[in-house]
Amino acid sequence: MKKILSFVVLSLLIFSYPQKSSAEGVKDCFEGLNRATFALNQGLDKVIVEPLAKGYRKLPIPIRTGTSNMLSNLSNLITIPNNILQGDFRSAGLNTARLSVNTTIGIFGIFDVAQQMGLMKNSKEDYGQTLGKWGVGEGCYLVLPILGPSTVRDSVGTIASILGGDPWYNVTVKNDTQYFKDSDYYISKGSDGINFRSKNIEAFDNLEKNSIDFYASVRSLYLQDRKQKILNSNKIIDTQDDSDWDDVQSN
Amino acid sequence: MFNKIANFLFLVIFCLSLSNSSQAIEPDIFVQSTVNRASQTLSKNISKKEKMLELQKLAKDTVDIKGIGFYTLGKYRKEISDDQKVKYSELFEDYFLKSFSSRLSEYSNPKINVISKDKKNDKYTIVSSILVATKDRPEVKIDWRIYTKNPDNPLIRDLIIEGLSLARTQKEEFASIIKSNNGNIEALFESLKKFINE
Repeated sequence: MKKILSFVVLSLLIFSYPQKSSAEGVKDCFEGLNRATFALNQGLDKVIVEPLAKGYRKLPIPIRTGTSNMLSNLSNLITIPNNILQGDFRSAGLNTARLSVNTTIGIFGIFDVAQQMGLMKNSKEDYGQTLGKWGVGEGCYLVLPILGPSTVRDSVGTIASILGGDPWYNVTVKNDTQYFKDSDYYISKGSDGINFRSKNIEAFDNLEKNSIDFYASVRSLYLQDRKQKILNSNKIIDTQDDSDWDDVQSN
Repeated sequence: MFNKIANFLFLVIFCLSLSNSSQAIEPDIFVQSTVNRASQTLSKNISKKEKMLELQKLAKDTVDIKGIGFYTLGKYRKEISDDQKVKYSELFEDYFLKSFSSRLSEYSNPKINVISKDKKNDKYTIVSSILVATKDRPEVKIDWRIYTKNPDNPLIRDLIIEGLSLARTQKEEFASIIKSNNGNIEALFESLKKFINE
């Protein structure tokens, strides 16, 4: 109870931190530090992640698809409690059914049998998104070592996962269940990152090559993506106000 | 006789006005034909440099480069002088064309299918399309913000890839450069020049 109370107080303190508004409404309170961490992450990406992602891409398609399915299935363990916390019981039911079918008939999620049965894939949810849905502001933008772009709100969401909100973390790292090892969790998280990176090799290279401030581009894309995910909307109108264009001179 | 000529002239003007209005291009057809033109260029057996030149020609015809340029300046567009505006427009066009053609020329024959359109108002229509998946990357949803103030000459103002706006990303990138140079717009001009001359 004391732990939860400390967590809540700490979160409130962080969210009430005076926020400096920088580039067009972006709150980058620790920009210097963030840029340094970003450079560190880029270095790690060049030396470790990108080569691994390129190697991963050489694996046969069925192996990549199976891995991707398995990781996606595992992510339901965080998505389902967040569906419930957001009051989206329909999605919680659907994701629970998908998790059950794919873990059993789909052999630990390797095959997406649920999709073939008409249980269509839903978007992933996490604690950062839930806080956003509850009206908590994103706070300052952060770049975390290894983990990459985040915000104060999303970092609190990540901490919530570690404090018991992620059943997969609970059975691998937090509790000694004898069935899983700590490494199972870290391997799954690492694979998730490499799987994501392998799908975006060209897009990342292209963005880096054509950006005059790569850090600012990644920051903008991350914040837009999170906003979109919290709204659970693909409508552009939600993220881009027409009035932004009102007095713009045309060709 | 005079009446006949007057009637004839009236009929000609009427027909011309009809034919003009029938030239209005539907935004979804405009996007599909633009995509097809880009696709044809990318699948041609020509050098990368030639492809980039053709793509730049396509961008000049179909993209509201000036509009995007001023949008991406954000609040600073109201703060700079007319001379700076002219200088910026020239630099931005060169920057945009280089960046646009370089981004696209990396792809070999991308397949994009237009699936729907959503008219927001008289000035904007959002056209939705799908970049078909390949063995290396999943399907990508691309929305096109089409400026339709002049229906005969629709122009692309933004590309929204999986919900992420390229124009907004550009705007925040430029704002970051200006801000980190204490609001000095000349710093942005220098960055653009550096990119253009690289």
